Amino acid sequence: MSLKNFKEALIEKIIFLSGIASIILVILIFIFLAKEGLSLFKSVHLGDFLLGRRWHPISEPPQFGVLPLILGSLFVTLGAAVISVPMGIASAIYIAEVAPPRMKEILKSGIELLAAIPSVVLGFIGMTTLVPFVKHHLNLPTGLTAFSGSVMLAFMAMPTIVSIAEDALTAVPQKYKEAALALGATRWQAIHRVILRAASSGIVAAVMLGIGRVVGETMAVMMITGNAVRMPTSLFQPVRTLTATIAAEMGETVRGSAHYHALFAIGIVLFVITFVINLIADWAVHRKLK
Amino acid sequence: MNLNDQTIGNDILPGDIRPHINTELQNGKPLFVSHRKPLEESLENPIPQIMVKELNFYYGRQKALSKVSLGIPAKKATALIGPSGCGKSTLLRTFSRMNDLIANARIEGTVTIDGRNIYDRDTDVVELRRRVGMVFQKSTPFPKSIYDNVAYGLRIVGIRDKKTLDQIVEKSLRQAVLWEEVKDNLGKSALALSGGQQQRLCIARALAVGPEILLMDEPCSALDPNATARIEELIFELKDDYTVVIVTHNMQQAVRVSDFTAFLYLGELIEFGSTQKIFTVPKDRRTEAYLTGKFG
Ligand SMILES: Nc1ncnc2c1ncn2[C@@H]1O[C@H](COP(=O)(O)OP(=O)(O)OP(=O)(O)O)[C@@H](O)[C@H]1O
Ligand SMILES: [Mg+2]
Repeated sequence: MSLKNFKEALIEKIIFLSGIASIILVILIFIFLAKEGLSLFKSVHLGDFLLGRRWHPISEPPQFGVLPLILGSLFVTLGAAVISVPMGIASAIYIAEVAPPRMKEILKSGIELLAAIPSVVLGFIGMTTLVPFVKHHLNLPTGLTAFSGSVMLAFMAMPTIVSIAEDALTAVPQKYKEAALALGATRWQAIHRVILRAASSGIVAAVMLGIGRVVGETMAVMMITGNAVRMPTSLFQPVRTLTATIAAEMGETVRGSAHYHALFAIGIVLFVITFVINLIADWAVHRKLK
Repeated sequence: MNLNDQTIGNDILPGDIRPHINTELQNGKPLFVSHRKPLEESLENPIPQIMVKELNFYYGRQKALSKVSLGIPAKKATALIGPSGCGKSTLLRTFSRMNDLIANARIEGTVTIDGRNIYDRDTDVVELRRRVGMVFQKSTPFPKSIYDNVAYGLRIVGIRDKKTLDQIVEKSLRQAVLWEEVKDNLGKSALALSGGQQQRLCIARALAVGPEILLMDEPCSALDPNATARIEELIFELKDDYTVVIVTHNMQQAVRVSDFTAFLYLGELIEFGSTQKIFTVPKDRRTEAYLTGKFG
Protein backbone atom coordinates (compact mmCIF):
# COMPACT_ATOMS: atom_id res chain seq x y z
CA MET A 1 0.00 0.00 0.00
CA SER A 2 1.37 3.37 -0.92
CA LEU A 3 1.76 6.07 1.68
CA LYS A 4 -1.01 8.09 0.11
CA ASN A 5 -3.50 5.26 0.24
CA PHE A 6 -2.49 4.52 3.78
CA LYS A 7 -3.16 8.11 4.77
CA GLU A 8 -6.57 8.03 3.08
CA ALA A 9 -7.50 4.84 4.86
CA LEU A 10 -6.33 6.19 8.20
CA ILE A 11 -8.33 9.37 7.89
CA GLU A 12 -11.39 7.39 6.90
CA LYS A 13 -11.03 5.15 9.94
CA ILE A 14 -10.63 8.09 12.30
CA ILE A 15 -13.72 9.80 10.95
CA PHE A 16 -15.68 6.57 11.15
CA LEU A 17 -14.62 5.96 14.75
CA SER A 18 -15.50 9.48 15.87
CA GLY A 19 -18.91 9.19 14.28
CA ILE A 20 -19.58 5.82 15.79
CA ALA A 21 -18.27 6.91 19.19
CA SER A 22 -20.78 9.71 19.53
CA ILE A 23 -23.65 7.41 18.63
CA ILE A 24 -22.49 4.74 21.06
CA LEU A 25 -22.15 7.36 23.76
CA VAL A 26 -25.72 8.53 23.23
CA ILE A 27 -26.98 4.98 23.38
CA LEU A 28 -25.03 4.28 26.56
CA ILE A 29 -26.37 7.39 28.23
CA PHE A 30 -29.88 6.45 27.27
CA ILE A 31 -29.49 2.90 28.59
CA PHE A 32 -28.06 4.18 31.84
CA LEU A 33 -30.86 6.72 32.22
CA ALA A 34 -33.51 4.12 31.51
CA LYS A 35 -32.01 1.53 33.83
CA GLU A 36 -31.63 3.90 36.78
CA GLY A 37 -34.90 5.72 36.22
CA LEU A 38 -37.20 2.83 35.45
CA SER A 39 -36.27 1.02 38.67
CA LEU A 40 -38.35 3.60 40.51
CA PHE A 41 -41.48 2.06 39.11
CA LYS A 42 -40.87 -1.17 41.00
CA SER A 43 -41.99 0.68 44.12
CA VAL A 44 -43.94 3.68 42.77
CA HIS A 45 -46.91 3.64 40.44
CA LEU A 46 -46.34 5.48 37.14
CA GLY A 47 -49.63 7.35 37.58
CA ASP A 48 -48.68 8.47 41.08
CA PHE A 49 -45.34 9.65 39.74
CA LEU A 50 -46.62 11.67 36.79
CA LEU A 51 -49.84 12.97 38.32
CA GLY A 52 -48.94 13.09 41.99
CA ARG A 53 -49.20 16.59 43.40
CA ARG A 54 -46.62 16.19 46.13
CA TRP A 55 -42.89 15.94 45.82
CA HIS A 56 -41.63 15.01 49.31
CA PRO A 57 -38.74 12.69 48.57
CA ILE A 58 -37.33 12.56 52.10
CA SER A 59 -40.47 12.46 54.21
CA GLU A 60 -41.73 9.14 55.59
CA PRO A 61 -43.22 7.62 53.50
CA PRO A 62 -41.64 9.56 50.61
CA GLN A 63 -43.90 11.01 47.94
CA PHE A 64 -42.69 11.26 44.37
CA GLY A 65 -45.34 13.29 42.52
CA VAL A 66 -43.66 15.33 39.75
CA LEU A 67 -46.72 17.20 38.55
CA PRO A 68 -45.74 20.43 40.36
CA LEU A 69 -42.28 20.19 38.84
CA ILE A 70 -43.63 19.55 35.35
CA LEU A 71 -45.99 22.51 35.75
CA GLY A 72 -43.13 24.60 37.11
CA SER A 73 -41.10 23.87 34.01
CA LEU A 74 -44.13 24.48 31.83
CA PHE A 75 -44.91 27.88 33.39
CA VAL A 76 -41.36 29.10 33.11
CA THR A 77 -41.01 27.76 29.57
CA LEU A 78 -44.28 29.16 28.31
CA GLY A 79 -43.53 32.51 29.89
CA ALA A 80 -40.13 32.56 28.24
CA ALA A 81 -41.66 31.52 24.91
CA VAL A 82 -44.28 34.27 25.01
CA ILE A 83 -41.52 36.82 25.46
CA SER A 84 -38.77 35.42 23.27
CA VAL A 85 -40.68 34.07 20.26
CA PRO A 86 -42.23 37.32 19.00
CA MET A 87 -39.16 39.33 19.89
CA GLY A 88 -36.82 36.76 18.39
CA ILE A 89 -38.74 36.51 15.12
CA ALA A 90 -39.07 40.27 14.88
CA SER A 91 -35.32 40.72 15.37
CA ALA A 92 -34.63 38.02 12.82
CA ILE A 93 -36.83 39.81 10.28
CA TYR A 94 -35.15 43.09 11.03
CA ILE A 95 -31.68 41.63 10.64
CA ALA A 96 -32.46 39.57 7.54
CA GLU A 97 -34.68 41.94 5.60
CA VAL A 98 -34.59 45.48 6.88
CA ALA A 99 -31.31 46.40 8.51
CA PRO A 100 -28.64 48.09 6.38
CA PRO A 101 -25.49 45.95 5.99
CA ARG A 102 -23.49 47.72 8.71
CA MET A 103 -26.31 47.41 11.22
CA LYS A 104 -26.73 43.79 10.27
CA GLU A 105 -23.14 42.98 11.17
CA ILE A 106 -23.38 44.81 14.48
CA LEU A 107 -26.59 43.07 15.46
CA LYS A 108 -25.36 39.65 14.46
CA SER A 109 -22.26 40.04 16.61
CA GLY A 110 -24.46 41.30 19.42
CA ILE A 111 -26.62 38.19 19.23
CA GLU A 112 -23.54 35.98 19.22
CA LEU A 113 -22.26 37.81 22.27
CA LEU A 114 -25.56 37.21 24.02
CA ALA A 115 -25.27 33.52 23.23
CA ALA A 116 -21.79 33.48 24.71
CA ILE A 117 -22.83 34.68 28.17
CA PRO A 118 -22.71 31.66 30.52
CA SER A 119 -26.10 30.96 32.02
CA VAL A 120 -24.79 31.27 35.56
CA VAL A 121 -23.72 34.81 34.81
CA LEU A 122 -27.14 35.64 33.39
CA GLY A 123 -28.66 34.06 36.51
CA PHE A 124 -26.45 36.17 38.71
CA ILE A 125 -27.31 39.36 36.88
CA GLY A 126 -30.98 38.44 37.04
CA MET A 127 -30.77 37.80 40.76
CA THR A 128 -29.25 41.18 41.51
CA THR A 129 -31.27 43.30 39.08
CA LEU A 130 -34.41 41.61 37.82
CA VAL A 131 -35.50 39.92 41.04
CA PRO A 132 -35.63 43.08 43.18
CA PHE A 133 -37.20 44.94 40.27
CA VAL A 134 -40.01 42.40 39.99
CA LYS A 135 -40.52 42.40 43.76
CA HIS A 136 -40.87 46.16 44.03
CA HIS A 137 -42.73 47.01 40.88
CA LEU A 138 -45.22 44.19 40.97
CA ASN A 139 -45.57 44.45 44.73
CA LEU A 140 -44.86 40.79 45.44
CA PRO A 141 -43.63 39.17 48.66
CA THR A 142 -40.66 37.84 46.69
CA GLY A 143 -39.11 38.55 43.32
CA LEU A 144 -38.04 34.93 42.96
CA THR A 145 -40.89 33.90 40.68
CA ALA A 146 -41.66 31.91 37.56
CA PHE A 147 -42.04 35.24 35.80
CA SER A 148 -38.50 36.36 36.65
CA GLY A 149 -37.24 32.99 35.42
CA SER A 150 -39.20 33.43 32.18
CA VAL A 151 -37.67 36.82 31.51
CA MET A 152 -34.16 35.54 32.16
CA LEU A 153 -34.70 32.44 30.05
CA ALA A 154 -36.12 34.53 27.26
CA PHE A 155 -32.68 36.11 27.01
CA MET A 156 -31.18 32.66 26.68
CA ALA A 157 -33.61 31.50 24.03
CA MET A 158 -33.29 34.67 21.97
CA PRO A 159 -29.89 34.02 20.38
CA THR A 160 -30.96 30.55 19.26
CA ILE A 161 -34.25 31.79 17.87
CA VAL A 162 -32.80 34.87 16.22
CA SER A 163 -29.83 33.22 14.57
CA ILE A 164 -31.69 30.17 13.25
CA ALA A 165 -34.74 32.17 12.12
CA GLU A 166 -32.44 34.67 10.47
CA ASP A 167 -30.69 31.86 8.59
CA ALA A 168 -34.06 30.56 7.47
CA LEU A 169 -35.14 34.00 6.26
CA THR A 170 -31.87 34.62 4.46
CA ALA A 171 -32.16 31.22 2.81
CA VAL A 172 -35.47 32.16 1.16
CA PRO A 173 -34.49 32.56 -2.48
CA GLN A 174 -34.11 36.21 -3.45
CA LYS A 175 -36.35 35.43 -6.42
CA TYR A 176 -39.45 35.18 -4.22
CA LYS A 177 -38.83 38.63 -2.87
CA GLU A 178 -38.14 40.04 -6.34
CA ALA A 179 -41.26 38.42 -7.73
CA ALA A 180 -43.41 39.84 -4.92
CA LEU A 181 -41.96 43.33 -5.35
CA ALA A 182 -42.35 43.09 -9.11
CA LEU A 183 -46.07 42.53 -8.54
CA GLY A 184 -46.27 45.80 -6.67
CA ALA A 185 -45.93 44.49 -3.13
CA THR A 186 -44.52 46.84 -0.53
CA ARG A 187 -41.53 45.63 1.40
CA TRP A 188 -43.64 44.62 4.36
CA GLN A 189 -46.14 42.79 2.15
CA ALA A 190 -43.33 40.84 0.55
CA ILE A 191 -41.93 39.92 3.95
CA HIS A 192 -45.23 39.08 5.50
CA ARG A 193 -46.96 37.14 2.76
CA VAL A 194 -44.10 35.53 0.90
CA ILE A 195 -40.82 35.46 2.77
CA LEU A 196 -42.19 34.58 6.20
CA ARG A 197 -44.32 31.90 4.71
CA ALA A 198 -41.52 30.41 2.68
CA ALA A 199 -39.29 30.41 5.77
CA SER A 200 -41.99 29.14 8.08
CA SER A 201 -40.54 25.69 8.62
CA GLY A 202 -37.14 27.10 9.53
CA ILE A 203 -38.78 29.56 11.87
CA VAL A 204 -40.72 26.81 13.62
CA ALA A 205 -37.47 24.89 14.01
CA ALA A 206 -35.82 28.00 15.48
CA VAL A 207 -38.63 28.40 17.98
CA MET A 208 -38.51 24.74 18.96
CA LEU A 209 -34.77 24.76 19.46
CA GLY A 210 -35.04 27.93 21.51
CA ILE A 211 -37.71 26.34 23.66
CA GLY A 212 -35.63 23.19 23.94
CA ARG A 213 -32.84 25.29 25.34
CA VAL A 214 -35.22 26.84 27.89
CA VAL A 215 -36.59 23.48 29.02
CA GLY A 216 -33.11 22.14 29.61
CA GLU A 217 -31.73 25.23 31.31
CA THR A 218 -30.86 24.68 34.96
CA MET A 219 -28.47 27.09 36.57
CA ALA A 220 -30.19 30.43 36.00
CA VAL A 221 -33.54 28.86 36.75
CA MET A 222 -32.34 27.55 40.07
CA MET A 223 -31.03 30.95 41.04
CA ILE A 224 -34.11 32.93 40.09
CA THR A 225 -37.34 30.97 40.33
CA GLY A 226 -37.43 30.51 44.08
CA ASN A 227 -37.40 26.70 44.08
CA ALA A 228 -40.62 26.21 46.02
CA VAL A 229 -42.12 22.79 45.38
CA ARG A 230 -45.82 23.39 45.15
CA MET A 231 -48.51 23.36 42.53
CA PRO A 232 -48.08 26.67 40.71
CA THR A 233 -51.21 28.67 40.10
CA SER A 234 -49.74 31.88 38.71
CA LEU A 235 -46.61 33.12 37.01
CA PHE A 236 -45.88 35.39 39.96
CA GLN A 237 -45.11 32.65 42.44
CA PRO A 238 -41.94 30.79 43.24
CA VAL A 239 -41.79 27.50 41.35
CA ARG A 240 -39.42 24.59 41.03
CA THR A 241 -38.56 23.13 37.64
CA LEU A 242 -37.61 19.58 36.67
CA THR A 243 -34.02 20.48 35.97
CA ALA A 244 -33.56 22.47 39.14
CA THR A 245 -34.86 19.52 41.16
CA ILE A 246 -32.29 17.15 39.76
CA ALA A 247 -29.47 19.61 40.24
CA ALA A 248 -30.49 20.56 43.76
CA GLU A 249 -31.14 17.09 45.10
CA MET A 250 -28.68 14.80 43.36
CA GLY A 251 -25.94 15.59 45.84
CA GLU A 252 -28.01 14.52 48.83
CA THR A 253 -29.33 11.21 47.65
CA VAL A 254 -28.03 7.80 48.55
CA ARG A 255 -27.03 5.92 45.47
CA GLY A 256 -29.60 3.23 44.72
CA SER A 257 -32.32 4.72 46.94
CA ALA A 258 -35.84 5.42 45.69
CA HIS A 259 -35.07 9.13 45.73
CA TYR A 260 -32.02 8.53 43.54
CA HIS A 261 -34.09 6.54 41.04
CA ALA A 262 -36.81 9.19 41.15
CA LEU A 263 -34.33 11.84 40.03
CA PHE A 264 -33.36 9.67 37.10
CA ALA A 265 -37.04 9.21 36.32
CA ILE A 266 -37.29 13.00 36.16
CA GLY A 267 -34.38 12.82 33.74
CA ILE A 268 -36.44 10.49 31.56
CA VAL A 269 -39.37 12.93 31.68
CA LEU A 270 -37.06 15.74 30.55
CA PHE A 271 -35.61 13.52 27.87
CA VAL A 272 -39.08 12.73 26.53
CA ILE A 273 -40.06 16.41 26.54
CA THR A 274 -36.99 17.54 24.62
CA PHE A 275 -37.30 14.57 22.30
CA VAL A 276 -40.86 15.55 21.42
CA ILE A 277 -39.80 19.15 20.89
CA ASN A 278 -37.03 18.01 18.56
CA LEU A 279 -39.46 15.76 16.73
CA ILE A 280 -41.77 18.70 16.13
CA ALA A 281 -38.85 20.81 14.95
CA ASP A 282 -37.74 18.02 12.64
CA TRP A 283 -41.21 17.56 11.28
CA ALA A 284 -41.50 21.28 10.67
CA VAL A 285 -38.20 21.41 8.83
CA HIS A 286 -39.02 18.52 6.55
CA ARG A 287 -42.63 19.40 6.05
CA LYS A 288 -43.34 19.86 2.37
CA LEU A 289 -46.14 21.74 0.80
CA LYS A 290 -48.78 19.21 -0.10
CA MET B 1 -49.35 59.86 -23.84
CA ASN B 2 -48.99 63.47 -24.88
CA LEU B 3 -47.38 65.14 -27.77
CA ASN B 4 -44.28 66.02 -25.81
CA ASP B 5 -43.27 62.42 -25.75
CA GLN B 6 -43.61 62.27 -29.42
CA THR B 7 -41.15 65.06 -29.83
CA ILE B 8 -38.69 63.45 -27.49
CA GLY B 9 -39.27 60.31 -29.45
CA ASN B 10 -38.34 61.99 -32.66
CA ASP B 11 -34.87 62.74 -31.40
CA ILE B 12 -34.15 59.29 -30.29
CA LEU B 13 -35.98 56.84 -32.43
CA PRO B 14 -33.93 55.53 -35.30
CA GLY B 15 -34.94 57.08 -38.56
CA ASP B 16 -36.77 54.15 -39.97
CA ILE B 17 -39.34 54.07 -37.22
CA ARG B 18 -39.65 57.76 -36.58
CA PRO B 19 -43.33 58.30 -36.00
CA HIS B 20 -45.07 60.81 -38.17
CA ILE B 21 -47.54 62.49 -35.96
CA ASN B 22 -51.02 62.47 -37.34
CA THR B 23 -54.40 63.42 -36.02
CA GLU B 24 -55.24 59.92 -35.00
CA LEU B 25 -52.53 60.02 -32.40
CA GLN B 26 -53.52 63.35 -31.02
CA ASN B 27 -56.74 62.14 -29.55
CA GLY B 28 -54.65 59.85 -27.42
CA LYS B 29 -55.68 56.63 -29.08
CA PRO B 30 -52.85 54.47 -30.23
CA LEU B 31 -53.44 53.01 -33.62
CA PHE B 32 -54.49 49.45 -33.31
CA VAL B 33 -52.86 47.33 -35.94
CA SER B 34 -53.54 43.65 -36.05
CA HIS B 35 -50.46 41.50 -36.11
CA ARG B 36 -51.84 39.66 -39.04
CA LYS B 37 -51.21 42.61 -41.27
CA PRO B 38 -47.86 42.79 -42.98
CA LEU B 39 -45.11 44.03 -40.71
CA GLU B 40 -44.23 47.07 -42.77
CA GLU B 41 -47.71 48.40 -42.35
CA SER B 42 -47.78 47.88 -38.60
CA LEU B 43 -44.61 49.88 -38.23
CA GLU B 44 -46.07 53.07 -39.53
CA ASN B 45 -47.02 54.54 -36.19
CA PRO B 46 -45.01 53.28 -33.29
CA ILE B 47 -45.75 55.33 -30.21
CA PRO B 48 -42.84 55.32 -27.81
CA GLN B 49 -44.11 54.53 -24.37
CA ILE B 50 -40.80 53.97 -22.67
CA MET B 51 -38.19 56.60 -23.45
CA VAL B 52 -34.65 55.87 -22.36
CA LYS B 53 -32.26 58.78 -22.54
CA GLU B 54 -28.50 58.75 -22.01
CA LEU B 55 -28.74 55.92 -19.53
CA ASN B 56 -25.61 54.89 -17.66
CA PHE B 57 -25.76 52.08 -15.18
CA TYR B 58 -23.10 51.01 -12.71
CA TYR B 59 -22.74 48.01 -10.45
CA GLY B 60 -20.30 49.55 -8.00
CA ARG B 61 -17.41 50.60 -10.22
CA GLN B 62 -18.36 48.39 -13.12
CA LYS B 63 -20.28 50.13 -15.87
CA ALA B 64 -22.99 47.86 -17.20
CA LEU B 65 -24.83 50.28 -19.49
CA SER B 66 -23.31 53.18 -21.32
CA LYS B 67 -25.25 56.04 -22.89
CA VAL B 68 -28.21 53.94 -23.89
CA SER B 69 -31.04 55.85 -25.58
CA LEU B 70 -34.07 54.32 -27.20
CA GLY B 71 -37.83 54.63 -27.45
CA ILE B 72 -39.89 51.53 -26.95
CA PRO B 73 -43.20 51.74 -28.80
CA ALA B 74 -46.53 51.15 -27.11
CA LYS B 75 -48.47 47.96 -27.81
CA LYS B 76 -45.67 46.38 -29.73
CA ALA B 77 -43.23 43.67 -28.83
CA THR B 78 -39.64 44.82 -28.60
CA ALA B 79 -36.81 42.31 -28.32
CA LEU B 80 -33.53 43.01 -26.57
CA ILE B 81 -30.76 40.86 -27.98
CA GLY B 82 -27.02 40.65 -27.57
CA PRO B 83 -24.27 38.40 -26.24
CA SER B 84 -24.30 37.26 -22.64
CA GLY B 85 -23.34 39.96 -20.16
CA CYS B 86 -24.05 42.85 -22.53
CA GLY B 87 -26.61 44.38 -20.18
CA LYS B 88 -29.97 43.20 -21.50
CA SER B 89 -31.33 42.18 -18.12
CA THR B 90 -29.93 45.31 -16.53
CA LEU B 91 -31.68 47.50 -19.07
CA LEU B 92 -34.94 45.59 -18.77
CA ARG B 93 -34.91 45.83 -15.00
CA THR B 94 -34.42 49.58 -15.04
CA PHE B 95 -37.92 49.88 -16.55
CA SER B 96 -39.58 48.81 -13.32
CA ARG B 97 -36.78 49.90 -11.01
CA MET B 98 -36.01 46.35 -9.99
CA ASN B 99 -32.39 47.40 -9.74
CA ASP B 100 -33.30 49.41 -6.66
CA LEU B 101 -32.83 46.17 -4.73
CA ILE B 102 -29.18 45.88 -5.63
CA ALA B 103 -26.87 47.48 -3.14
CA ASN B 104 -24.43 50.01 -4.66
CA ALA B 105 -26.05 50.00 -8.09
CA ARG B 106 -26.17 53.48 -9.56
CA ILE B 107 -28.03 54.98 -12.46
CA GLU B 108 -27.61 58.14 -14.53
CA GLY B 109 -29.90 59.48 -17.21
CA THR B 110 -33.65 59.13 -17.46
CA VAL B 111 -36.25 56.49 -18.15
CA THR B 112 -39.54 58.09 -19.00
CA ILE B 113 -42.75 56.13 -19.09
CA ASP B 114 -45.83 57.93 -20.41
CA GLY B 115 -44.07 61.24 -20.00
CA ARG B 116 -42.83 60.81 -16.44
CA ASN B 117 -39.27 60.09 -15.44
CA ILE B 118 -39.59 57.05 -13.25
CA TYR B 119 -36.33 57.91 -11.51
CA ASP B 120 -37.77 61.14 -10.17
CA ARG B 121 -37.66 61.39 -6.41
CA ASP B 122 -41.42 61.38 -6.01
CA THR B 123 -42.06 58.27 -8.09
CA ASP B 124 -44.24 55.76 -6.30
CA VAL B 125 -42.24 52.62 -7.02
CA VAL B 126 -44.98 50.28 -5.85
CA GLU B 127 -47.42 51.94 -8.20
CA LEU B 128 -44.87 51.84 -11.02
CA ARG B 129 -44.35 48.12 -10.60
CA ARG B 130 -48.07 47.52 -10.81
CA ARG B 131 -48.08 49.25 -14.18
CA VAL B 132 -44.93 47.56 -15.38
CA GLY B 133 -45.15 43.82 -14.82
CA MET B 134 -42.16 41.53 -14.96
CA VAL B 135 -41.69 37.86 -15.80
CA PHE B 136 -38.35 36.40 -14.84
CA GLN B 137 -36.05 34.02 -16.63
CA LYS B 138 -36.54 31.32 -14.03
CA SER B 139 -40.21 30.94 -13.27
CA THR B 140 -40.81 32.06 -9.73
CA PRO B 141 -44.14 30.73 -8.48
CA PHE B 142 -44.56 31.28 -4.76
CA PRO B 143 -44.85 28.13 -2.64
CA LYS B 144 -48.61 28.57 -2.57
CA SER B 145 -51.57 27.22 -4.50
CA ILE B 146 -52.13 28.11 -8.14
CA TYR B 147 -55.08 30.28 -7.17
CA ASP B 148 -53.20 32.11 -4.42
CA ASN B 149 -50.31 32.78 -6.78
CA VAL B 150 -52.51 34.56 -9.29
CA ALA B 151 -54.52 36.29 -6.58
CA TYR B 152 -51.41 37.52 -4.79
CA GLY B 153 -51.10 40.84 -6.57
CA LEU B 154 -54.81 41.49 -6.07
CA ARG B 155 -54.91 40.64 -2.40
CA ILE B 156 -52.03 42.95 -1.58
CA VAL B 157 -54.07 45.89 -2.77
CA GLY B 158 -56.91 44.80 -0.56
CA ILE B 159 -59.18 43.01 -3.01
CA ARG B 160 -60.91 40.47 -0.81
CA ASP B 161 -64.18 39.90 -2.62
CA LYS B 162 -64.27 36.24 -3.61
CA LYS B 163 -66.24 36.86 -6.79
CA THR B 164 -63.91 39.54 -8.06
CA LEU B 165 -60.89 37.42 -7.25
CA ASP B 166 -62.36 34.36 -8.94
CA GLN B 167 -63.15 36.39 -12.01
CA ILE B 168 -59.74 37.97 -12.41
CA VAL B 169 -57.93 34.73 -11.62
CA GLU B 170 -59.87 32.93 -14.32
CA LYS B 171 -59.43 35.72 -16.83
CA SER B 172 -55.69 35.93 -16.24
CA LEU B 173 -55.23 32.18 -16.43
CA ARG B 174 -57.18 32.14 -19.68
CA GLN B 175 -55.06 34.95 -21.07
CA ALA B 176 -51.95 32.98 -20.20
CA VAL B 177 -53.44 29.89 -21.89
CA LEU B 178 -53.23 27.89 -18.69
CA TRP B 179 -56.85 27.81 -17.59
CA GLU B 180 -57.86 24.59 -19.32
CA GLU B 181 -54.97 22.70 -17.76
CA VAL B 182 -55.48 23.82 -14.18
CA LYS B 183 -59.12 24.81 -13.76
CA ASP B 184 -59.95 21.66 -11.79
CA ASN B 185 -56.90 21.96 -9.56
CA LEU B 186 -56.66 25.57 -8.54
CA GLY B 187 -55.87 24.55 -4.97
CA LYS B 188 -52.86 22.51 -6.02
CA SER B 189 -49.39 23.75 -5.16
CA ALA B 190 -47.94 25.85 -7.95
CA LEU B 191 -44.64 24.05 -7.44
CA ALA B 192 -46.23 20.84 -8.70
CA LEU B 193 -46.72 22.32 -12.18
CA SER B 194 -44.35 21.65 -15.04
CA GLY B 195 -41.73 24.25 -15.94
CA GLY B 196 -43.74 25.58 -18.87
CA GLN B 197 -46.92 25.70 -16.83
CA GLN B 198 -45.09 27.51 -14.03
CA GLN B 199 -43.87 30.12 -16.48
CA ARG B 200 -47.37 30.65 -17.84
CA LEU B 201 -48.60 30.87 -14.25
CA CYS B 202 -46.10 33.64 -13.63
CA ILE B 203 -47.35 35.43 -16.72
CA ALA B 204 -50.93 35.05 -15.47
CA ARG B 205 -49.87 36.36 -12.09
CA ALA B 206 -48.27 39.39 -13.71
CA LEU B 207 -51.33 40.03 -15.92
CA ALA B 208 -53.76 39.77 -13.01
CA VAL B 209 -52.42 43.01 -11.56
CA GLY B 210 -53.46 44.79 -14.76
CA PRO B 211 -50.15 46.18 -16.04
CA GLU B 212 -49.76 48.19 -19.22
CA ILE B 213 -46.24 47.06 -19.89
CA LEU B 214 -44.93 43.53 -19.60
CA LEU B 215 -41.20 42.89 -19.24
CA MET B 216 -39.95 39.38 -19.89
CA ASP B 217 -36.41 38.26 -19.22
CA GLU B 218 -35.69 35.15 -21.28
CA PRO B 219 -39.08 33.68 -20.42
CA CYS B 220 -38.48 30.55 -22.47
CA SER B 221 -34.88 29.76 -21.66
CA ALA B 222 -35.78 26.85 -19.37
CA LEU B 223 -38.54 25.44 -21.55
CA ASP B 224 -38.84 22.76 -24.18
CA PRO B 225 -39.78 23.68 -27.78
CA ASN B 226 -43.42 22.89 -27.16
CA ALA B 227 -43.79 25.10 -24.14
CA THR B 228 -41.72 27.75 -25.88
CA ALA B 229 -44.11 27.75 -28.82
CA ARG B 230 -47.06 28.25 -26.50
CA ILE B 231 -45.43 31.18 -24.74
CA GLU B 232 -44.48 32.74 -28.05
CA GLU B 233 -48.08 32.48 -29.23
CA LEU B 234 -49.08 34.05 -25.98
CA ILE B 235 -46.70 36.99 -26.43
CA PHE B 236 -48.05 37.42 -29.90
CA GLU B 237 -51.55 37.72 -28.49
CA LEU B 238 -50.51 39.95 -25.61
CA LYS B 239 -48.92 42.64 -27.71
CA ASP B 240 -52.32 43.67 -28.97
CA ASP B 241 -53.07 44.97 -25.51
CA TYR B 242 -49.73 45.38 -23.82
CA THR B 243 -46.36 46.86 -24.51
CA VAL B 244 -44.08 43.85 -24.36
CA VAL B 245 -40.32 43.98 -23.93
CA ILE B 246 -38.61 40.62 -24.16
CA VAL B 247 -35.00 39.63 -23.66
CA THR B 248 -34.06 36.62 -25.69
CA HIS B 249 -31.03 34.67 -26.81
CA ASN B 250 -33.03 32.93 -29.43
CA MET B 251 -32.81 34.82 -32.73
CA GLN B 252 -35.69 32.91 -34.30
CA GLN B 253 -37.78 33.84 -31.31
CA ALA B 254 -36.94 37.50 -31.70
CA VAL B 255 -37.98 37.30 -35.33
CA ARG B 256 -41.16 35.42 -34.55
CA VAL B 257 -42.52 37.55 -31.75
CA SER B 258 -41.07 41.02 -31.95
CA ASP B 259 -41.80 44.09 -34.05
CA PHE B 260 -38.67 45.92 -32.95
CA THR B 261 -35.27 44.76 -31.95
CA ALA B 262 -32.53 46.41 -29.96
CA PHE B 263 -29.04 44.98 -30.22
CA LEU B 264 -26.80 45.61 -27.23
CA TYR B 265 -23.11 44.95 -27.10
CA LEU B 266 -20.79 45.55 -24.13
CA GLY B 267 -23.32 47.81 -22.44
CA GLU B 268 -23.96 49.95 -25.50
CA LEU B 269 -26.97 50.10 -27.73
CA ILE B 270 -25.55 49.32 -31.14
CA GLU B 271 -28.65 49.27 -33.23
CA PHE B 272 -32.36 49.66 -32.78
CA GLY B 273 -35.04 49.37 -35.40
CA SER B 274 -37.74 47.21 -36.88
CA THR B 275 -37.01 43.56 -36.38
CA GLN B 276 -37.31 42.92 -40.06
CA LYS B 277 -34.69 45.52 -40.96
CA ILE B 278 -32.30 44.53 -38.19
CA PHE B 279 -32.38 40.93 -39.27
CA THR B 280 -32.27 41.52 -43.00
CA VAL B 281 -30.17 44.65 -43.46
CA PRO B 282 -28.30 45.38 -40.22
CA LYS B 283 -26.49 48.70 -40.38
CA ASP B 284 -23.69 47.96 -37.98
CA ARG B 285 -21.21 45.21 -38.76
CA ARG B 286 -21.23 44.13 -35.08
CA THR B 287 -24.94 43.44 -35.38
CA GLU B 288 -24.32 41.50 -38.51
CA ALA B 289 -21.49 39.56 -36.90
CA TYR B 290 -23.69 38.68 -33.93
CA LEU B 291 -26.64 37.64 -36.05
CA THR B 292 -24.50 35.44 -38.23
CA GLY B 293 -23.05 33.76 -35.18
CA LYS B 294 -19.56 35.24 -35.39
CA PHE B 295 -19.61 35.92 -31.65
CA GLY B 296 -21.80 35.60 -28.58
N1 LIG C 1 -26.16 42.13 -9.30
C1 LIG C 1 -25.04 42.42 -9.98
N2 LIG C 1 -23.94 42.85 -9.34
C2 LIG C 1 -22.82 43.16 -10.01
N3 LIG C 1 -22.69 43.05 -11.35
C3 LIG C 1 -23.75 42.60 -12.05
C4 LIG C 1 -24.98 42.26 -11.41
N4 LIG C 1 -25.85 41.86 -12.35
C5 LIG C 1 -25.19 41.93 -13.52
N5 LIG C 1 -23.93 42.39 -13.37
C6 LIG C 1 -22.94 42.63 -14.43
O1 LIG C 1 -23.46 43.55 -15.35
C7 LIG C 1 -23.22 43.14 -16.69
C8 LIG C 1 -24.51 43.01 -17.44
O2 LIG C 1 -25.29 41.99 -16.85
P1 LIG C 1 -26.71 41.57 -17.37
O3 LIG C 1 -27.26 40.59 -16.41
O4 LIG C 1 -27.52 42.77 -17.62
O5 LIG C 1 -26.36 40.86 -18.75
P2 LIG C 1 -27.31 40.10 -19.77
O6 LIG C 1 -27.14 40.77 -21.06
O7 LIG C 1 -28.66 39.98 -19.21
O8 LIG C 1 -26.61 38.69 -19.82
P3 LIG C 1 -27.27 37.24 -19.97
O9 LIG C 1 -27.63 37.11 -21.40
O10 LIG C 1 -26.16 36.31 -19.61
O11 LIG C 1 -28.43 37.17 -19.06
C9 LIG C 1 -22.45 41.84 -16.59
O12 LIG C 1 -21.10 42.13 -16.82
C10 LIG C 1 -22.66 41.36 -15.20
O13 LIG C 1 -21.52 40.72 -14.72
MG1 LIG D 1 -29.84 38.33 -18.43
